[in-house]
Amino acid sequence: MSQAQRPLSPHLQIYRWQLTSVLSITHRATGLALAVGSLLLVWWLLAAASGPGDFALAQAFWYSWIGRLLLLGWSWSLFFHLCNGIRHLCWDAGWGYEIKTVYASGWFVVGASVVLTLFAWIAGYAVRGSI
Amino acid sequence: MSDEARLRSPLGRVLGLGSAKEGVAHWWGQRVSAAALVVLALWFVAAMVAVTGADHKAVVAWLHAPFSAIAMILLLIAVFYHMALGVQVVIEDYVHSEWVKISMLVLNKLVAFALAAAGIFAVLRIAFQG
Repeated sequence: MSQAQRPLSPHLQIYRWQLTSVLSITHRATGLALAVGSLLLVWWLLAAASGPGDFALAQAFWYSWIGRLLLLGWSWSLFFHLCNGIRHLCWDAGWGYEIKTVYASGWFVVGASVVLTLFAWIAGYAVRGSI
Repeated sequence: MSDEARLRSPLGRVLGLGSAKEGVAHWWGQRVSAAALVVLALWFVAAMVAVTGADHKAVVAWLHAPFSAIAMILLLIAVFYHMALGVQVVIEDYVHSEWVKISMLVLNKLVAFALAAAGIFAVLRIAFQG
């Protein structure tokens, strides 16, 4: 019997993305990104425990443009995963399953993650050097 | 013979525990650590904002305080527990070769333990320094 040459789904070139599935995969992606970030948190802590020399090295990395770019990505990832995680906990509690609510909470998570990231960075630059 | 009698061991029938409720351990672990991380992550962000631009002396003094040290250790435990559970699901979903999958699942757990141990060691070293 010959195999029917059916096209595979989803047809990515005509696929209409939905917020729900995009946020779902973003939750995973940010989770994986944070897993990598946790590696650098441990490195930072070990550097602090090791002494001023190693710590200065770690700080130089974080204050470089690539360090800041990574921190920006990780801070947004953290806020997104945190906000969307709370959204998931609400679902687990049985709340917010109506399609309208799912979209509203989804957009809220997107907005909140961006606002919280901006807020944290503004606060970071504001207190910088004050300790 | 009924399915009940055929499929379950005599001991299992007597104990009457059903599935012993072990199947949902992963699900619960993920949720409980998530709830803990809601609080711990907010503390972590506030702390990281506060130590922005701080030198070594200031960061060590901050982590030397019992509250910061304990909160950081709790964060590390919750993070790496939550991470091990989350990465496990990703591996189970996307890795289809059996031996690669099992190797990665084992590696995932071991890496999580190693990172948690290293992070906690660093915090304790700072916390117990003079």
